Amino acid sequence: MNSKKTEISADYKKKNWLRRKETLQRAWYKFSANILSVVGLIIVIAVILLAVFAPWVAPHPDHAGAVVDFTATMQSPGAGNLMGTDGVGRDLLSRIIFGFRFSLMMGLVVIGLAAPPGIILGLIAGYYQGTKIDTAIMRFADIFLAVPPLILAMSITSVLSPNIFNAMLAVTLMWWPWYTRLVYGLASSLQNEYFVQSAEVMGASTPHILFKEILPNCISAIFTKITLDMGFVIIIGASLSFVGLGAQPPTPDLGTMVADGAKYMPDQWWLTIFPALAIVFVVLGFNLLGDGLRDVLAVEEV
Amino acid sequence: MVQEKKSLLKVNNLQKYFTTPQGIVKAVDDVSFAVAPGETLGLVGESGSGKTTAAFTIIGAYQPTDGSIYFQNKQISGKKRSRELKRNIQIVFQDPGSSLNPRQSVRQILTMPLKLHNVVPAAEIGNKIQELLELVELPRDFIHKHPLELGEGEKQSVAIARALSVNPSLIVLDEPTSALDVSMQAKIIKLLGNLQQEFNVAYIFITHDLSLMRNVASRVAIMYLGRICEIARAADFFQQPLHPYTRMLISSVPVVSEEEEALKPPHYTSQGEIPSPVNMPTGCGFHPRCPEKLDICDRQIPESLAIDNNRQVFCHLYRKDQEQKIADSTLRQE
Repeated sequence: MNSKKTEISADYKKKNWLRRKETLQRAWYKFSANILSVVGLIIVIAVILLAVFAPWVAPHPDHAGAVVDFTATMQSPGAGNLMGTDGVGRDLLSRIIFGFRFSLMMGLVVIGLAAPPGIILGLIAGYYQGTKIDTAIMRFADIFLAVPPLILAMSITSVLSPNIFNAMLAVTLMWWPWYTRLVYGLASSLQNEYFVQSAEVMGASTPHILFKEILPNCISAIFTKITLDMGFVIIIGASLSFVGLGAQPPTPDLGTMVADGAKYMPDQWWLTIFPALAIVFVVLGFNLLGDGLRDVLAVEEV
Repeated sequence: MVQEKKSLLKVNNLQKYFTTPQGIVKAVDDVSFAVAPGETLGLVGESGSGKTTAAFTIIGAYQPTDGSIYFQNKQISGKKRSRELKRNIQIVFQDPGSSLNPRQSVRQILTMPLKLHNVVPAAEIGNKIQELLELVELPRDFIHKHPLELGEGEKQSVAIARALSVNPSLIVLDEPTSALDVSMQAKIIKLLGNLQQEFNVAYIFITHDLSLMRNVASRVAIMYLGRICEIARAADFFQQPLHPYTRMLISSVPVVSEEEEALKPPHYTSQGEIPSPVNMPTGCGFHPRCPEKLDICDRQIPESLAIDNNRQVFCHLYRKDQEQKIADSTLRQE
């Protein structure tokens, strides 16, 4: 009996591994059918690697901080500094590489803070669809959605002191309702499925039904939205920095760099163009990857 | 009523109304029946006759508008159900595809009820699941499979195993075979029969398939527009249906052989379609289609008439017979 059992589980582990491998291969086949998705994936991986290894990759890692080198101010792109130098002689390429760190951190922190409460509220509202709980949660979410996002973020950061943490807080506050909406739509249709009713009849607790029965069926949609949102959050973060309500100097933030460089347009064009292109690069990468994931996971847009 | 003491489940004058923008829908109206331990009651009716609503009210997914449900002689309707009660009444749904969570493995699907109701100690759950799979005639290593890897019949077997896992005394089977192909149907029906004998579990078998009912049910209740027309032992019912509606149903069952054709009651044709449940006919719900309509039929809802110990019919046609019988017996007594 015991040997039979271990036999089954050893056999199963092998089979299970093969099955996972097959699933992954199929997913990759579908994903790679769209060349743009692969480009998105490569961009995202490149940006993440650059951000993580910034101190080793950047030609002048110390230029990320408050360094002044008046012997090398405003140099145009060339052999010494691939993307030129800024008004106080710092290497622009190094600052952009460090800028990716702040952009990614902005995206991760904001989504990390906004998604969990948004998802939980959406699950509850969707499960209790048609009741007062549903109305209360969804109308509360609508209040946040009714205010133009950038205006809300700007007003929050200007009331509090303008720094990168308040900027993240502000963007988080306006971002969670999107997750509530997404999960609400999924959960309200899933709560009619027989497997949810079956768990109810069996006497399963509400947390079990919400997190074990409904949530696993929403994960692929949530995952896709997170990827797409990374791009949008980075843009909003950069916009806040651009108007001076986000990261403050000498933090190397892409939005701040564009704003600073704009003063010197068009003569010192590299100060604006390169950070702006860097923003385009990151956001494009995440959007292409998100679109690809949506195709693979067959998620419908909500 | 019949089997008063022995009944496991008794439903008295059950009503379930839904309020819709078009008006009140009387999905289940004044329905009474009883189920004895270990028996199969067939609940038959066309789509929209309220059989599934009745089932959902019994399992507690809907609260009844009025009426009472007794389970093991305890009133259970309108109250919060205890864990024990939830364990004791289980359901198998019509669509096996949607009744298993696609993100869970068979092990996870079956672990939840076993853990929730402490059926076996935690260490033995794995073994218990394999035993359950064996019971429903699935290979033991299906424990690792996901619903997507299973066929429809296999999924339904897992759903049956889930219902059985907590040792219920009543399982409501809501058209458990209508989504399956015919060979699979036969297998599931046979399986259900074996399990009933082994565990003495009672079934409420809901279906619109009369020929299937003949094979599984010991007693049959026919529903039409939310009301019961006739309750009878399955054998009696197929031999001699009484209510005009049930006669119409039985004469419309397709048959293959001539012997079977000979067994069928004379062909009844009925006019018209099943009326809308929002705009119900007055009196007996069947009167607009009934070939034997009496004057009283569109005025008065027929009451239950006990033809004999095992049989009730809700039809004015038999009232006269009944009165005659009573008159005869009083005459004899005099």
